[in-house]
Amino acid sequence: MSRDLEQTIAERVRAAAAQATPLNIVGGVSKAWYGRTPTGERLDVAGHQGILSYEPRELVVRARAGTKLAEIVATLAEAGQHLPFDPPAFGASATLGGTIACGLSGPSRPYAGSARDHVLGARIVNGRGEVLEFGGQVMKNVAGYDVSRLMVGALGSLGVLLDVSLKVLPIPESHVTLVKECNPRDALAGMNGWAGKPIPLSATCFDGNRMIVRLSGTETAVQHAAQRLGGDRLADGDRFWADLREHRHAYFAGDVPLWRLALPPATPPIDLPGKWLIEWGGGQRWLHGEVDPVHIRAAAQAAGGHATLFRGGDRAGSVFQPLEPAMLALQQRLKKAFDPAGILNPGRLYPGL
Amino acid sequence: MTTTDALAVRRNELVRGLLDILPADSVLHQAEALRPYECDGLSAYRRLPMAVALPGTVEQVRAIMRLCHRLKIPVVPRGAGTGLSGGALPIADGLLLSLAKLKSILDLDPVSRSARVQPGVRNLAISQAAAPFGLYYAPDPSSQIACTIGGNVAENSGGVHCLKYGLTVHNLLALQVVTAEGDLLTIGSEAPDAPGYDLMALMTGSEGLLGIVVEVTVRLLPLPERAQVVLAAFDDSAKAAAAVGEIIAAGIIPAGLEMMDRLAIQAAEAFVHAGYPVGAEAILLCELDGTNDEVSELILRVRQLLMRCGATEVRTARDEAERQRFWAGRKAAFPAVGRLSPDYYCMDGTIPRRRLAEVLGRIRELSEEYGLAVANVFHAGDGNLHPLILYDANQPGELERTEQFGARILQACVDAGGTITGEHGVGVEKIDAMCGQFAAPELAQFHAVKAAFDPDGLLNPGKAVPTLHRCAEFGAMHVHRGELKFPDLPRF
Repeated sequence: MSRDLEQTIAERVRAAAAQATPLNIVGGVSKAWYGRTPTGERLDVAGHQGILSYEPRELVVRARAGTKLAEIVATLAEAGQHLPFDPPAFGASATLGGTIACGLSGPSRPYAGSARDHVLGARIVNGRGEVLEFGGQVMKNVAGYDVSRLMVGALGSLGVLLDVSLKVLPIPESHVTLVKECNPRDALAGMNGWAGKPIPLSATCFDGNRMIVRLSGTETAVQHAAQRLGGDRLADGDRFWADLREHRHAYFAGDVPLWRLALPPATPPIDLPGKWLIEWGGGQRWLHGEVDPVHIRAAAQAAGGHATLFRGGDRAGSVFQPLEPAMLALQQRLKKAFDPAGILNPGRLYPGL
Repeated sequence: MTTTDALAVRRNELVRGLLDILPADSVLHQAEALRPYECDGLSAYRRLPMAVALPGTVEQVRAIMRLCHRLKIPVVPRGAGTGLSGGALPIADGLLLSLAKLKSILDLDPVSRSARVQPGVRNLAISQAAAPFGLYYAPDPSSQIACTIGGNVAENSGGVHCLKYGLTVHNLLALQVVTAEGDLLTIGSEAPDAPGYDLMALMTGSEGLLGIVVEVTVRLLPLPERAQVVLAAFDDSAKAAAAVGEIIAAGIIPAGLEMMDRLAIQAAEAFVHAGYPVGAEAILLCELDGTNDEVSELILRVRQLLMRCGATEVRTARDEAERQRFWAGRKAAFPAVGRLSPDYYCMDGTIPRRRLAEVLGRIRELSEEYGLAVANVFHAGDGNLHPLILYDANQPGELERTEQFGARILQACVDAGGTITGEHGVGVEKIDAMCGQFAAPELAQFHAVKAAFDPDGLLNPGKAVPTLHRCAEFGAMHVHRGELKFPDLPRF
């Protein structure tokens, strides 16, 4: 499926800018629950779709923002390649644009890099309705400011993504998932200790009473490391990691607010009530519970990290960790530099952005 | 008052202000003391600043920025001065701010695998400090013994291991930045995915135009258990280029994958005696790293692939000493070429790998047209090409011819779907080439970004992003595909 709606989208944005009409940029509606409550007139971009170029030997794929994430993943898999940051889709309708705008990465993130790390270029419509292109389809490019990576995680508030170029890599030849019962302290010590050794780690998790570790690489390297680490082998490892990534794992069931704490990975277990799940070698920790947001944010900040109200709770309040006044002022100026009329997903990230 | 007098008044005002902040030996303003700062690694451009300040603390940097903001004096930051695009070229009515005295490693945490360092710390010094813990800092630009981490952040420096381990931007956790107004900002943290906009991405590679980096926290990686390098010789550079594609297609991501052409091989061999096959048209250096078994297996597969691609010779380094020798030739390629000719001019285009043979052919044609020899060194794994044009600056007009030749190489890279700079930055050198890379609305967006950080335009002005007027003038000279690049702008 291939369709070019660039001109239509740009015209919509120009018209909205002239009228100062806020726009709610909508892709596959798979992550409408993420960020603060959307407002504004709906701007559909899911129709702007198609893989524009993919040459496995160049390790680059370029696709329109409305292209289904699943289509990209399947196309890459046919050539034995993948998106190394293993993004969650949160639904079959997820698009490339939404994936990049949310900037979410999967279980392999601390070992393979983030969504932002893999962006090489982007074509956007800024808040003036101008079509702009930054970066490109090459691995190294320092011409001009790195605006394409700036788009990652901006929730569409700096520009409507038209197409994105991503670095891709070969799928490792072999994976093994190991399981071992332990307490959270030992799990964190193990994850951080191993990450400092030449062990082909590709994902780590502590689910409450077990540490689960994935190794990826050549068959010999993986088998060798598996022997060294010990523990039991999990038969359906791929399924476990996919369920974890998509929040289908039993931990994520229920309607209580879900908090995501991003922390320096070696941070000891945080003393807050609720159910915890640790990922990313300790860098990403989920907290399921009715805890006062003020306490959660303070605990995350004290540890040198930040907390996001990922799902549920009050979506009209502050969802992301509040910024220091000087930082907020700078980010507001940056928002104005791209979107002077403040029409692109206003307030989705922070009030005033 | 004449311009010279006005400059003298401003200089006095600046120096007086600086002496309130810094000890006298950290403020340079006499011509002979300024001389060492007149250029960076791109010595074709030279200029003296009004003064040089050498702060030793972050508070001093902040005070200097507040002073310059009050006096509206432009500031050019400088690390080790090894940059190759003139990014640290002084401004005649500006201050040169050297970060060289901020050179402490503040903290190295082997458990969380990070190092917090000041901007004047040398790239290699970080890896040396981390080595006892079995860790290292991955980006390794060839100048790593001298270049500083602050400069690496400003340029988003690469190195020979980028394809597997990424650029500077992929290996940073946090920055402390002093703004044009003298405020201190923290960007990023040791926790992943900082809230709000990804200013780390914006700051990295911004060539000192958005803020002064005063502290850098880098990510450290475990040293691989083993690294091994294979050298393959080819009688045709197109075959070498094809071999690069075959290695990637086989699902192998080498730690480093470098290519050198005949002239570069000969120059490097004469200089460091690396044991390169001097009769070859091209060589590939392919480094594989990982666990011991993994490397043994990959070496075998890569050797077979290279033979199948028509390599005339494939050699595996027998020991660590030979591996170091193979790399020494590559890392010394620039100075080695420098011995062949009074001057050389290093280009830094990036292209999609599949267009390599074609772009090399174009460079050969241009070389004949201009009557100037070119040696090619290529980060083949990531498509970053370094043609080195040999010339003699003492021959009237030869520098200008060389620059024209260089500009046409960059245009060939852009036309091939690539970019004018992979890792050296735009600086002053490629400012006109930016007009070919970007159209007016993108350049205007860059200027708007700059204004969000630095509304008075005091940080390294005139570098990295050309004004629209400059492009209008430049575009009038270089009509691309029969179209004017900036049709809407007034012309002179």
